[in-house]
Amino acid sequence: MTAIIKTEQLTKIYGMGDIQVAALGGVDVQINEGEFVAVMGPSGSGKSTLMNILGCLDRPTSGHYFLAGQAVSGMDKVQLAVIRNQRIGFIFQSFNLLARTSALRNVMLPLVYKRQGQLSPAEREEKAMAALEAVGLADRAHHDPNELSGGQRQRVAIARALVNDPVLIMADEPTGNLDTKTGNEIMGLLHKLHERGRTIVMVTHEPDIAAQTERSIVLVDGLVAEDGRSQPANAQMMNAK
Amino acid sequence: MTTAQQTAQAGVLEKAEGGDLETAVATIINPLEISRIAWEGVVRNKVRSLLTMLGVIIGVGAVIIMIAISAGTEATIAEQIEGLGSNLVFIQASFGRGGAGGGGGDQVTLVYDDIAVVESVGGVAGTTVDQTTSQTVKAGDVTLTDVPLMGTTPDFPEVRDVAVADGRFFNENELERSTKVAILGAALAEQLFGAANPIGQSITVGTTKLAVIGVADEKGIVGNTDFDSLLYVPITLVFDKFLPTQFRQFAGDRVRIIYVQVEPEADMELVIQQIQLKLATSKDVTVDELPFTMQTQQDIIDTEGATTEAFRNLLAWVAGVSLLVGGIGIMNIMLVSVTERTREIGIRQSVGATPNDIRLQFLTEALMLSLVGGLIGVALGVGGSFLFGSTSDMRTVIVPSSIALAFGSAAAVGIFFGFFPANKAAQLDPIEALRHE
Ligand SMILES: Nc1ncnc2c1ncn2[C@@H]1O[C@H](COP(=O)(O)OP(=O)(O)OP(=O)(O)O)[C@@H](O)[C@H]1O
Ligand SMILES: [Mg+2]
Repeated sequence: MTAIIKTEQLTKIYGMGDIQVAALGGVDVQINEGEFVAVMGPSGSGKSTLMNILGCLDRPTSGHYFLAGQAVSGMDKVQLAVIRNQRIGFIFQSFNLLARTSALRNVMLPLVYKRQGQLSPAEREEKAMAALEAVGLADRAHHDPNELSGGQRQRVAIARALVNDPVLIMADEPTGNLDTKTGNEIMGLLHKLHERGRTIVMVTHEPDIAAQTERSIVLVDGLVAEDGRSQPANAQMMNAK
Repeated sequence: MTTAQQTAQAGVLEKAEGGDLETAVATIINPLEISRIAWEGVVRNKVRSLLTMLGVIIGVGAVIIMIAISAGTEATIAEQIEGLGSNLVFIQASFGRGGAGGGGGDQVTLVYDDIAVVESVGGVAGTTVDQTTSQTVKAGDVTLTDVPLMGTTPDFPEVRDVAVADGRFFNENELERSTKVAILGAALAEQLFGAANPIGQSITVGTTKLAVIGVADEKGIVGNTDFDSLLYVPITLVFDKFLPTQFRQFAGDRVRIIYVQVEPEADMELVIQQIQLKLATSKDVTVDELPFTMQTQQDIIDTEGATTEAFRNLLAWVAGVSLLVGGIGIMNIMLVSVTERTREIGIRQSVGATPNDIRLQFLTEALMLSLVGGLIGVALGVGGSFLFGSTSDMRTVIVPSSIALAFGSAAAVGIFFGFFPANKAAQLDPIEALRHE
């Protein structure tokens, strides 16, 4: 079993002034290669904060984080940028696509900032096209985000997360802005990726969605409250009562 | 799992997957790609980009036009000085040094008879002299006041490079006898006689009647003299009729200036020295006491050059200020742009753009704004110079180095003023940038 994510006493404290908010109060998690993990918990429990640190977008206040064995918690901005580019595909609730930029060029973006094994423009386009095909959007490659539906936008974002062949896919409420049907389509895509061996960590509020994963980590007040096999949706609802 | 185990595991994995991080960090992404991203930023807001460039456009355009005008003026002056005649030395009485000899010696001045002294110097091809005054001139029922009268010698057309278009210039004989003849400048002939042929007509200058024997070709304004409005007469006539002084009885006829034409192969400096020596001997003073200035065409060109030099310095200031204003305009818009595009910056960072990538992107964008502005400015400057030269009587000469200078300054302005906004963009935190509304 290979640990893709391994954290030790990860903390994040916001507001260095008088009022301090401990968004994370010492999180220990290990996520292994090929796992599909849901992160749950009430609003404000620190899910996004954890995701951002695990996605190397943010740095913890204290604690250690090993990504595929590499200690990233002590890295500087430049190193983190390279790690994000090489290792991580991030999917956001609000898609975060470049406006007035075609789906294809959005998907090509991580390849533009690829530093090792730089690709020619033609190769970049080819790879991006393949990624768009994988999410079923090849026919929309030359459309701008504002010409696409929410579900389609999220699929472009997934293609972008995939294109650089990352070891880890982080998704912060990827279905949060979508209706149930579209959300399920997106989940279908993530399942496909998981089946092909990708490691996926996904934040969700919806028990239905969490139930489709192998493992659920529940955060409460910045601490891991539960960590175990995902339960069927109805069982979770009974737990909540 | 113990920490030791973890570290061991981490080490193994690092070998397998990482280890190349340092190389990656040191690698720069394709500059062409950066340029493309920056260019997209420029064309995305075409109108705004154009307005941003306006300062640079005007600055660069103005520099080129103004340098073209100044170069044109300089070329005209140089040509006019060439037009004075070739290989000329001007001998003039210098006012400031009047009393050099002390006592009776201050009567040392430039007189008509000095011509003979000057002509005795080897290497002198010819001389002429002039003494000017102004008179009222009548021809038929046309009366002109304050007509400049140029008293001179028959060598004048040759030495001063003035051609006679109609009739002839007066000769040695007429000079010696103070014959009452006149040659009209082209414009003067036109004013006095209109389309009629002036040759053989008579004019009244002051109270003296003169016969018109020639009309000079058009020459225009050279130095400060408008040759076309001159009335040429034998200098002896000026001494006799128009400038009678007490002074001539004992000192000879005072002249304003002696023009000396030096033979092309002669050494100018040597000829000047010898003229000074002979003049000093004939006047019984030392060379240092000689109250004359000796100027060559080159001296005059240098004097004019100093004037345009001052003009150029002024231009440099104007150019500097407009480029400064243009640069501040670029900085301002780039700052707005960075704020507006914070989210874009966050997105780029999230997929792996480093602070340097972002900095380069915005710096390149600022550079492009200033370079495109510079390019438009050059086009405008060159076009404007042509237009200015062809529609006004001012002459313009486009100086290639001015284009390079203007363009180079525009680029420097772009980099200088783009740096602060680009740095600001580079320092944004990815998470905060992504959260930006
Ligand atoms: N930049 C910040 N500055 C100060 N406090 C912050 C900041 N970001 C998050 N927080 C605080 O940290 C805590 C955790 O926030 P976080 O966004 O991780 O919650 P979450 O679990 O993702 O919530 P949600 O389900 O609503 O997305 C919250 O109390 C929040 O107010
Ligand atoms: Mg959240």
